Amino acid sequence: MKRPVTLTINGSSHTVAVEPRALLVHVLRDDLNLTGTHIGCDTSQCGACTVLIDGRAVKSCTVLAVQAEGQQITTIEGIGSADRLHPVQAAFWEKHGLQCGFCTPGMIMAAIDLLSANPDPSEDEIRHGIEGNMCRCTGYQNIVASVRAAAEAMRASKAAPAPAPAPPPTQAARPAGQPAGAGV
Amino acid sequence: MATTLFGSGIKRREDPRLITGMATYTDDVKLPGLTYAAILRSPYAHARITRIDVSAAKAAPGVLAVYTGADVKDRLVPVPCAWNVPNCDLKTPPHPQLAYDRVRYVGDGVAMVVAESRAAARDALDLIEVDYDPLKAGVDPEKMAKAGAPQVHAEVPNNVAFTWVVAGGDAEKAFNEAEVKVRQRILQNRLAPTAMEARAAVASYNRGTGQLTLWATSQNPHIHRFVCSVMLKLPEHRVRVIAPEVGGGFGSKIPVYADEALVGLAAMDLGRPVKWAEDRSENYKATIHGRDHVEHVEMCGTRDGKITGLRTTIYAGLGAYASTCGPGIPTILHGLIYSGPYTIPNIHGTVHGVYTTATPVDAYRGAGRPEATYLLERLVDLFAREIGMDPVDVRRKNFIPRDKFPYTVATGITYDSGNYEGALDKALSLFDLKRFRQEQAEARKQGRYLGVGLVSYVEICGSGPSQVAGAVGLGGGQYDSAIVRVYPTGMVRVYIGGKPHGQGEETTFAQIVADEFGYPVENVEIVAGDTETTPQGWGTYGSRTTAVCGSAVKVAAQRVKEKAKKIAAHLMEANEADVEFRDGKFVVRGSPGEGKSFAEVATMANLAWNMPAGVEPGLEAAAFFDPSNFVYPFGTHVCTVEVNPDTGEVKILRYVCVDDCGPHINPMIVQGQIHGGVIQGLGEALQEMVVYDEDGQLLSGTMMDYAVPRASQMPRLETAFTVTPTPVNPLGVKGTGEAGTIPAAAVLVSAVCDALAPLGIRHIDKPLTPARVWAAIQQAKGGLQ
Repeated sequence: MKRPVTLTINGSSHTVAVEPRALLVHVLRDDLNLTGTHIGCDTSQCGACTVLIDGRAVKSCTVLAVQAEGQQITTIEGIGSADRLHPVQAAFWEKHGLQCGFCTPGMIMAAIDLLSANPDPSEDEIRHGIEGNMCRCTGYQNIVASVRAAAEAMRASKAAPAPAPAPPPTQAARPAGQPAGAGV
Repeated sequence: MATTLFGSGIKRREDPRLITGMATYTDDVKLPGLTYAAILRSPYAHARITRIDVSAAKAAPGVLAVYTGADVKDRLVPVPCAWNVPNCDLKTPPHPQLAYDRVRYVGDGVAMVVAESRAAARDALDLIEVDYDPLKAGVDPEKMAKAGAPQVHAEVPNNVAFTWVVAGGDAEKAFNEAEVKVRQRILQNRLAPTAMEARAAVASYNRGTGQLTLWATSQNPHIHRFVCSVMLKLPEHRVRVIAPEVGGGFGSKIPVYADEALVGLAAMDLGRPVKWAEDRSENYKATIHGRDHVEHVEMCGTRDGKITGLRTTIYAGLGAYASTCGPGIPTILHGLIYSGPYTIPNIHGTVHGVYTTATPVDAYRGAGRPEATYLLERLVDLFAREIGMDPVDVRRKNFIPRDKFPYTVATGITYDSGNYEGALDKALSLFDLKRFRQEQAEARKQGRYLGVGLVSYVEICGSGPSQVAGAVGLGGGQYDSAIVRVYPTGMVRVYIGGKPHGQGEETTFAQIVADEFGYPVENVEIVAGDTETTPQGWGTYGSRTTAVCGSAVKVAAQRVKEKAKKIAAHLMEANEADVEFRDGKFVVRGSPGEGKSFAEVATMANLAWNMPAGVEPGLEAAAFFDPSNFVYPFGTHVCTVEVNPDTGEVKILRYVCVDDCGPHINPMIVQGQIHGGVIQGLGEALQEMVVYDEDGQLLSGTMMDYAVPRASQMPRLETAFTVTPTPVNPLGVKGTGEAGTIPAAAVLVSAVCDALAPLGIRHIDKPLTPARVWAAIQQAKGGLQ
């Protein structure tokens, strides 16, 4: 039943035996112990399981693990750590963009994708850009503020001559104007 | 002066683990030999089970055990109701963990499979054969209370679980003599709390020690410990409950559920750990819902705007069984606050709690108070319209004056402190009502429908006192607790009885303790959620944790500091009376010496090389804080909308909140609580509703059908505050977790009804979806009969 699949996650290669029906999110969580990616629904509505695949935000409950072979997968664990936060992580902390934290990893991944397509989004663009990710705690206002602050910080660090904080390892360029957001 | 952290909007200390994916939620817990449970749930709202055949499931690959209702009914104590409201003839029929003769709602547990993997457990559910003999169902609480309705429980005639009355003054006389009366039938839509993390449980039993450890999505691990020990017939000291990171609750993780006992039982049988985790569809069926009232309400008063009476008849749906706090929500937490911020001398409320063939109803953000605020504020608007008076003036005229606190309202409760005019004035200073009325008049000439809603609210939260909790039938105390433990290096861990799950108390409580010891906040860690390490407490809900548990933290820190002061005096060879704590140090008044830092004293206390006579080594203290009264936050919210008369779509133009929860320990966190609360209230007002068909079939069973607000659908909020401390706790703080939700639905519906007033529309039942608003417009225009 099970077949081996080789997944590149946060820059390292992992070979795991999975059932063909196994969803990427379950393999990440159950087989690879990457439990920062959460599951909040069963209909691809909530976005808690959002990861980056080849730099694009994708709900990992909509992808079979076997489909992800050969692609670059980035999870929340791969973008920064507590002592070296990604600018989007830092902005969520700074602007109180989270409360219970359950939607947060997915929300951060969606925001990274949004900002890679649109480095200076308006409030309205942010609200539409993250509408595939639900948050029940914050009422979204401080999430919007977090994404704006992250955008500002990332633009400033690009403009500055000093070495910029490392971008997420697998973030790929995307044609300008392509809509950001969830993969479904 | 050392800088105080109280009042400072510092970044949250819980966030680094949450933003990096390093937090551990219940479904993240993995143990050696872990097995997985899945629960078969009834597809019928009401049916007799005539046959269950689990043989194929038992034989399926990877399956370790299958349980039916018959297997567990004698081994488990039924799921108890913990809020036995007195003087209302409450009937709580047994609630088996798995149904064995009859299912009573879509989602009622029928069988449980335990298997080697999640997938194997799910697959085996499909192999269980159940024959159901469907019975008549009913989900409307008013209809279900009528003679001839389908009977949910044979021992509860007409499905009426209780009839509870609240009365003060003489409402009958007030209504008989009134100049003006208004009345309205109001529906409180059934809501699904929808914490982003659904429920989960992991149980592990050690046959050598006889101890069961249960990781659970709980807002109150000590309540879970007690109730699970009862259901599993285990001594309480052999049950340890750990609520790790909890991904939101909003009331839905207060109750103790059947599933939690079932995984415990399976873990004991198998000698292996068992995990169960809901998916969202299961969550929408099997986790409690909120609200669900049919209300007949009326208000009376004088032509010049004095409210003289309020009368209600409420049919409150309880669902199929009385959940943990189910009976207390539409009674104690609802009826007692009927007077709102007003001096209404005559109040009479009758609440019928009604069993229906639907998911049990329990606490959902606000729990009873949003319903009370909504009916009261809708009536105030209707009353104002009836007498042709500005609704703001009616509110002002009836406010409890600021110099009358503490104030006892007709329902018998005593408000601690308040300044309702202050909040209203502040709201009107931020929102130019006069100018809006001009804009509205202009817009109306162009055929556009603009409206404004304004609502003043007061709520009751921060429970205890415990003695009152006992008097109103709550099966638990309502104090809370803290242990402040200072390590030899001076670092501090604080173990609390509350269980924050997003509210930020790991930060705010550290601010309290750091201030007391003259420390940076980094020196203090707050520990919650594990009954093995934390003192007996009652959990986080009802906007109580900061007011009650935070006060325990403060008192415990003060006790530690008192002891430290004695030791400091001894070390400095001074009289204790001459020692004071200044700029983070104990110093001898008037002496030039360097003094002793708190950390230095902590080291000596823990080493105990040189202690004052009669003082024990160590440096820690516990406190159990039981407040003398509840706290009563309040405020005024204003909202403006434009209604599209062709589509029925409601667009929010502005939303201004002025809230008063006393002083803010961390203003950033308070503001975040208001944001989240208001948006949940707007979800209730605009789009959220659990929908059943007439056979009790759940139609809103996934996130595709249940409309949780999304970022693009919700407005930016403008927040402001007034500050009126409470005298009932040493921090002066009131609660703020639910405050935003409590007025929000009322203010939105008020704004829409104001917009549509030219059409003669007085009231539309929420949620105000475009379809409902459009239908109301068509009906008002005579187009829909």
